[in-house]
Amino acid sequence: MHKYLLRRALFALGTMVGVSLIIFVVLRVLPGDPLVAILGVEGYNKMSPADHAQIMADLGLSDPLPVQYVRWLGDIATGRLGKSFFRGDTVRDLILHRGPLSAEIAVLALFISWLIGLPIGILSAIRPNGWGDTVARSLSILFIAIPGFWLGLLLVLALLFWFGYKAPILVIHLWEDPWQNLQLIIGPAAVLGLAQGAYIARMSRSCLLEVIREDYVRTARAKGAVERAVVLHHALPNALLPVITISGVLLGFVLGGSVAVEQAFGVPGLGRALVTAIIERDIIVVQNLVLLYALIFVAVNVVVDLSYAWLDPRIRYH
Amino acid sequence: MIDGRVRRELGRFARHNVLSVAGAVVGLLIVAVALAAPLIAPRDPLKADFRRMNKPPDAQSLFGTDQVGRDTLSRVIYAGRTSLFVAFTSVLMGTTLGSLWGMACGYLGGRFDLMSQRVMEILQSFPDLILAMAISMAIGTGLPAVIIAIAITRIPFGGRVIRSVALSVREMPFVEAGRAAGASQLRVMTLHVLPQCVAPYLVLATTHLGVAIVIEAALGFLGVGVPPPTPTWGNMLADAITGLIPHWWLVLFPGLAITVTVLAFNLLGDGIRDTLDPKLSPAVLRLVTGAGKASTTPAAAPVREPSDATA
Repeated sequence: MHKYLLRRALFALGTMVGVSLIIFVVLRVLPGDPLVAILGVEGYNKMSPADHAQIMADLGLSDPLPVQYVRWLGDIATGRLGKSFFRGDTVRDLILHRGPLSAEIAVLALFISWLIGLPIGILSAIRPNGWGDTVARSLSILFIAIPGFWLGLLLVLALLFWFGYKAPILVIHLWEDPWQNLQLIIGPAAVLGLAQGAYIARMSRSCLLEVIREDYVRTARAKGAVERAVVLHHALPNALLPVITISGVLLGFVLGGSVAVEQAFGVPGLGRALVTAIIERDIIVVQNLVLLYALIFVAVNVVVDLSYAWLDPRIRYH
Repeated sequence: MIDGRVRRELGRFARHNVLSVAGAVVGLLIVAVALAAPLIAPRDPLKADFRRMNKPPDAQSLFGTDQVGRDTLSRVIYAGRTSLFVAFTSVLMGTTLGSLWGMACGYLGGRFDLMSQRVMEILQSFPDLILAMAISMAIGTGLPAVIIAIAITRIPFGGRVIRSVALSVREMPFVEAGRAAGASQLRVMTLHVLPQCVAPYLVLATTHLGVAIVIEAALGFLGVGVPPPTPTWGNMLADAITGLIPHWWLVLFPGLAITVTVLAFNLLGDGIRDTLDPKLSPAVLRLVTGAGKASTTPAAAPVREPSDATA
């Protein structure tokens, strides 16, 4: 197990180095001068070449690319992460200030998806092709197709009409005011959770149906175990393995989807910071935030793989 | 090409997959409407009419009008053109390139396969939407940038799935026979391996159409997609919420168009998968989850495409 853990961690590290290289290369081949974005076309044209060189040097953009890359790695290691072009705050402050909100949304969404998806999947699998199963499957097909941010917009619209909902402006942390904080995150989390719940329901249904056909489940029935025990104690644990894996995979959806859903609800999370930075072409912020999203995604998949190996001994011996 | 066997297959498909036939019909209808937009749209989608601003749906404009009096129905129809064009071209480029790459990986194996797997692993380490945003930012806004950005996010999915197909096809007797007969690598790949990859490719491509439409819509909604005035379903939604109080008809109809289109393609994809190759579903399921299959490398475990995962 330790060997597996080590190998998996090293592997993820290699992947992250590749990821950082790709981000760096993609963002440095940007056509156009980043200073145009910062100063505007007019300000850019008025600037003397000397000023231009000075500002580029201040921003650290005039060094050779390998130097810039190594410096970025150093920044990551020390946790400084550089500064936004436009605002005084460092990327580190930005992440610490807005990150918790997005993290809460992701965790709550994952929780909701299990809460909704798993019972529905189990009930569907117990009576396949019954009316309950048909309704559940139709709903899951529908919710997989609905874009989360649109559902969010509709929800906001409805709340606006009936309750006078206003888009939040300030970040309110969990430790400052839990109730206000919950109001901030519940909408995005519910919307994201519903879509992921649809995947979980579909996945747990098909896995449970496959497992229920196995010999050992028939044995359990033959020895007289009640149906409830057969499903919950014998079939479910094995059927859950793929569902756990899919949750890690779904987190990628949640991470990407939350960017658009945060925008729909007007929640000032990390996703909105990323969108703003991309529109403003704030390279330093973008490269760090994209790296952070990729890092979380990779890390979660490592954890999923490890828990998988822990739950299923067959995996770790390979 | 359409002989009795194909017709029988189609008949079997229709009988067993009412839903996916419905999906196919609706999908074709949407494509037809998008293609025939100039004939069908009641108005010019770009023409502002300041006498009719912010009108709710009525007899004159069935889906209402927006802040500058443009007809929402016409805009939804024309937006379909752009959104579908982006989705089709990006899937045609990305999924196809990924599939060919994956086929080469699976068949050739060795160091080339190993290197390619690393690259795909890295590409899959980004959430789709975030990678698409970063790439479209890097290569500039506009239609081609959006298409390329979405296409790149599609590459690893094609690569993973088709690679595993090619891996199993490689061991089949007829491929060995081809090699034994002295055919070149390229010839064996195109004549023996490629045809076996067509069915899973079709399933992938159909499913990815839906994903591509959603990514395009999200990019447009976030203001980093196809720039206005060209309407797309995504940037119409972005337009809709610029006002202090968004009008429901401006939010409802573009989103409905996205949902119906994605639903249609998903249903069609499910049906094609169930019909073309019944054995494919468990194989893909195992591939996606890593269940019951010892992956050669730890990296081969999760492919993040749950829509392919469910049988």
